Amino acid sequence: MPESFYTKRISRRQALQIGAGVTAAPFLMGSLSGCSGASTSGGGAGAFSFLSTQFTPVEEKQRFEKILGSQVKDVKVSYNSMAVGDFTTQVTSQVKAGKVSIGMVGGLHGDLAPLAESLEDLDSLAGQMTGSGIGDSLWKLAKLGGSTTKYIPWMQATYVVAVHKSALEWLPSGADVKKLTYEQYLDWAIAAKKAAGKPVFGFPAGPKGLYHRFFQGFLLPSFTGGQISTFSSPDAVQAWTYMQHLWANMNPASTNYDNLQEPLARGEILVGWDHVARLVDAPKAKPDDWLMVPAPSGPKGLGYLLVVAGYGVPKGADVAKASTVIKALSKPATQIEVLRQNAFFPVVKATMPTDLPAAVRLEANAVAGQQSAPNALLALPPVGLGAKDGEVSQVFKDCFKQICKEGKAPTVVLGQQAKILQAILDEVKVPCWAPDPVTTGKTCKVG
Amino acid sequence: MTGPPIVRRPKRRLSAAFLLILPSIIFMLLLFAWPMVSGVLQAVRSPDGFSMTYINRMLADPGFWAAVRNTLLLIVVLLPLQFMLALAMALLLQARPKGQGVYFYLWAVPLGVSDLAAGLVWLSIFADRGYLNSVMDALGIGPVSWLSYENYGSMFLAVVIAELWRATSLVMVIVVSGMQGIPKDYDEAANVFGATYLQRLRHVWLPLLKPSLQVALILRTILAFQTFAVAQALTGQDFQVLVGETYRWYTALQNPNVASALALVVMAVSMLAAVVYLRLLREDTGSGKR
Repeated sequence: MPESFYTKRISRRQALQIGAGVTAAPFLMGSLSGCSGASTSGGGAGAFSFLSTQFTPVEEKQRFEKILGSQVKDVKVSYNSMAVGDFTTQVTSQVKAGKVSIGMVGGLHGDLAPLAESLEDLDSLAGQMTGSGIGDSLWKLAKLGGSTTKYIPWMQATYVVAVHKSALEWLPSGADVKKLTYEQYLDWAIAAKKAAGKPVFGFPAGPKGLYHRFFQGFLLPSFTGGQISTFSSPDAVQAWTYMQHLWANMNPASTNYDNLQEPLARGEILVGWDHVARLVDAPKAKPDDWLMVPAPSGPKGLGYLLVVAGYGVPKGADVAKASTVIKALSKPATQIEVLRQNAFFPVVKATMPTDLPAAVRLEANAVAGQQSAPNALLALPPVGLGAKDGEVSQVFKDCFKQICKEGKAPTVVLGQQAKILQAILDEVKVPCWAPDPVTTGKTCKVG
Repeated sequence: MTGPPIVRRPKRRLSAAFLLILPSIIFMLLLFAWPMVSGVLQAVRSPDGFSMTYINRMLADPGFWAAVRNTLLLIVVLLPLQFMLALAMALLLQARPKGQGVYFYLWAVPLGVSDLAAGLVWLSIFADRGYLNSVMDALGIGPVSWLSYENYGSMFLAVVIAELWRATSLVMVIVVSGMQGIPKDYDEAANVFGATYLQRLRHVWLPLLKPSLQVALILRTILAFQTFAVAQALTGQDFQVLVGETYRWYTALQNPNVASALALVVMAVSMLAAVVYLRLLREDTGSGKR
């Protein structure tokens, strides 16, 4: 999960401490109990192995293991999470060698897409799960561009808009805060800036902010209907011109915001779009003062970026056993538990229990509203780019920098950046991803 | 500096000498030459053989020219200020005021502070809710966003001040040590002939200090091309410098090839600067001493 809010790096000191601990452990254990080391990955030999790219930070992993232990009774699952690169190599090499020791795999859509050839068709399992409430758009994604279901949707996250109720008084007349258009969003920002005497809309444009996802998954799809195939189209020029106006009415300190929950909670800004995990602390102190609403919609619909994870079964693994685990993990209660513990939203239909943190409940409504909007237009983070993901994101960040911060003409900047973007795509040779038309085997063309 | 004259000995002695320096040659080859060669190769070799792909990519990046401009501007503004300050500090110390040892240690403190720590210290001063703004607010002047990308001037000034604080002591230490090597006789002689302080500074101290000033100049210029942590801590990506771009390409963008190309630029410019300085130094000593 490249964007995990919880991702932490180990400092050198911690590494040394761990190193010292590891060195000392055998001696300690030997002297205490005479025991000769134990597996820490849980399950031990013979356990059903669930290999995943998710929940790599150790706290998240432990919380998820607890959920597995309590919710999946029939099969003893050992959960292992690793970086995407290792994950891909492990699965493909095992399937190629015909010796599959992995029971099932889990990862983001973009992690699973390159594995399509190595995954079993799960159509019959999908058929058994029709009543679970997983949306059609997710099932369509789960086919990975082919005709059969390659993975079962597991959990999801997205981006929504957090609103402090005090900003509602400046809302343009006739606008519904839950069904905003981009024009209304801009008018609102202008009116709020005028009335409050300072800009109160924020944007996560800090060095570690996820603002590029706004362009990739929200602004551009909403204005152009695409992400890459319409990158420098007249519609895109219109979108970036809009962004220039919007940015001019946002708090300029936004270039220091890595997440919006902190400036929102401090009261520095009142309205802002960000990842759900990076907004969840904003309403913590006074949940009644806050709203979470879907992103605005543009001429081509309500573009929204969906971070969706799924589980698949490698070819040659025990599908029946995997199905038991998948079904148990797809129960509403299990998925609510994942939301509560690890901040990923359910994909199945689940009623939110009242004891959920208020902020999570607010977000859950916004997520559901965004997804079920009649004009919703699903976009994905880049699929199959691997290490080049950062460079593609940088293209969008550079567009923002030049167009919005330096005031250059969108046509010129988009023309230059389109060439860079095409060069990267040619290098990795990946097909387009939603909302652009996906043609398997054909390198994505920048439009 | 030249050591005692080397006496040529028969072959066996030579090979013993060679054996003695062999470890350091191997050490240099392994830890210096090899990484450098592989770095150069990384910048110019793509999967399909030698190509300019990565260098063109670097040149096409809008951040590159901004970084070049910022780095050069920083050097041009920073170095003269730094040398004037360091010289003033050294001359003050030379006047042997009371407690000169304390001054010297206080002024040398930044030498022991890491770049990043220095950047963070200055960040707490220049940040929107930092000490400087608190003081200004208390005085009723109102806060200023010193580090905002919109105020290029104040952002640049903040980086210059922080760098000035952090790196002037290095120049000062070199100049002070240079001064200690100058015999007092010259100054006293000039004094006897009635030279004023400024005349002595201009005609006695500065010419004799030239070698140490030039060493300091080379060191500082090369180090200034490597300015990174202070700018990063103060401004993030808003004030781009060459090494910061290298870091960004390597870590955030995961493209070691373009990062190597950038590092190559830094190396080339540093070497060029060093060569230019060395030539100037040689000409000077040639005309001055012969």
